[in-house]
Amino acid sequence: MALNYLTIKEASAGLKSGEFKSVDLTQACLDRIQAVNGELNAVVEVIANSALKEAQASDERRSMGKSLGVFDGIPVLVKDNIQAVGTRTTAGSKILAGYASTYDATVVVKLRAAGAVILGKTNMDEFAMGSSTETSAYGPTRNPWNTKKIPGGSSGGSAAALAAGMCLMALGTDTGGSIRQPASMCGVTGFKPTYGRVSRYGAISMASSPDQIGPFARTAEDARLALGLLEGQDPLDSTSAEAKRYVWEAPTSLKGVKIGVPKEYFVVGMDEEVERTIRQAMAQLKELGAELVDVSLPSTRHALAVYYILMPCEVSANLARYDGMRFGYSAPAPTLHETYFKTRGEGFGAEVRRRVLLGTYALSSGYYDAYYLQAQKVRTRMCQEFTAALSGVDCLLSPTSPSVAWDLGEKFDDPIAMYLSDIYTVSVNVVGVPAVSIPCGLAQGLPVGLQLIGRQFEDDRVLGIARAFQEATDHHAARPMM
Amino acid sequence: MALSREEVLKIAKLAHIEVTESELAAFQDKISSVLEYVGQLQELDLKGVEPTAHVSGVTNVLRTDEVKSCDPETRERLLNAMPAREGDYLKVKAIFG
Repeated sequence: MALNYLTIKEASAGLKSGEFKSVDLTQACLDRIQAVNGELNAVVEVIANSALKEAQASDERRSMGKSLGVFDGIPVLVKDNIQAVGTRTTAGSKILAGYASTYDATVVVKLRAAGAVILGKTNMDEFAMGSSTETSAYGPTRNPWNTKKIPGGSSGGSAAALAAGMCLMALGTDTGGSIRQPASMCGVTGFKPTYGRVSRYGAISMASSPDQIGPFARTAEDARLALGLLEGQDPLDSTSAEAKRYVWEAPTSLKGVKIGVPKEYFVVGMDEEVERTIRQAMAQLKELGAELVDVSLPSTRHALAVYYILMPCEVSANLARYDGMRFGYSAPAPTLHETYFKTRGEGFGAEVRRRVLLGTYALSSGYYDAYYLQAQKVRTRMCQEFTAALSGVDCLLSPTSPSVAWDLGEKFDDPIAMYLSDIYTVSVNVVGVPAVSIPCGLAQGLPVGLQLIGRQFEDDRVLGIARAFQEATDHHAARPMM
Repeated sequence: MALSREEVLKIAKLAHIEVTESELAAFQDKISSVLEYVGQLQELDLKGVEPTAHVSGVTNVLRTDEVKSCDPETRERLLNAMPAREGDYLKVKAIFG
């Protein structure tokens, strides 16, 4: 087995036994980046020298019996909207071109403290706004399963990099599906923790009420290891929750596990072959002892509308900070006012400007009640419906995306068509629960993701169910030919 | 609901974003199509439903209001990030005038 395709668990065992060193692991990932990134454009910055130095330091620690644990010496990639000193943080935007990270995000502090080796940064839709990684100012990322296809988004770079063997784990952010949807399309495991379980300090804010950082990994077991590293209350993120709220219980087998299947998720718009693949996975879950029960989420048909009001409103507020003054691009102009207009006009791409304008409109005088307030009311209903649907079951199940990866450019000019691909993922962010996407087979030769959704702070239960499925099946082991 | 040319220009002004003449029609089109889609919520009867303020039940997080210094390297990185710097000052165009 190639070193760069190991799981964290396997690599950690190999490092411990002395079978290989962190320098070997790191070099294998760097070689892979060198070999395939030209075609994929998944990684936007590689810090090879620094990575090799960190790997060497890890090997030295280990040789002196001072290993920092499971993550010591494990090479990882970080999405480019997360600050890590020694890298640039551009968020895929021209307005932050060349911006040198000014401090470490809390998750990066944790990675470093655990001895993880940071290889560089991954490509993304501009400010995480997109479902295909095509809105990046640094060019689109391609799907390693078929380079004519998009990798999903917005964390498409992280998903494609992990799927192509450029790292052993990658960080992403998920505001409406931006970890789970690309994980689904690239055939890896992607986990969005409960809102508040992982600190967002140092991640560039997109929409603060749904934004969440989470891991991409090869298995749910690895994702659980990553969560254990990343989680925790942080005084620097006032929305992070106390650890005493975490529920640690996790099933170790699927026997007797009750899984709710929302009937509204199996009605319209799903690709036939995707549906067949999902139904096969449901049959497998049953064979393995899980019980599938029908549940209902009546507000599903309004979920996208809620999300596409809340998100641009919060975006328009969060992106007000890019004014060409304190950091980032500043357009030369004769007056202060013109500096603002030109900086933001030239620095933001079309999709970002569209969302800022939409949010500005929806929050403007006379429209607040009709849009934002109304959406927050429907959100209350959605929270109640999720609580009810989840009350008698261990988790909910759905496809992660209604289709497999589409062709580059296919939906680029049609925002509604693009947004519709988020139908199964946005609700999870709107109500703040944890969810994982795991590979469950192929359709048209491309990966299909199965989404498992849990109750708030029951991240362990969701990952435990995903792990039990992966231990009994091998969909997660499928790899692109590239 | 369809936005007029003037409405797009007005929000662009509110958002401090320059929109070029050639982009205007496309923005008008695409923002209108999204507004039309999200407009479905206005038909719902939500009498008595409280709007959500926060999803995970976190209550106020308070701390003492005190200045904490940052390390000199971080400080220097923050200062270096400024597009126009003079000494330790941020240089901007005249605010009044």
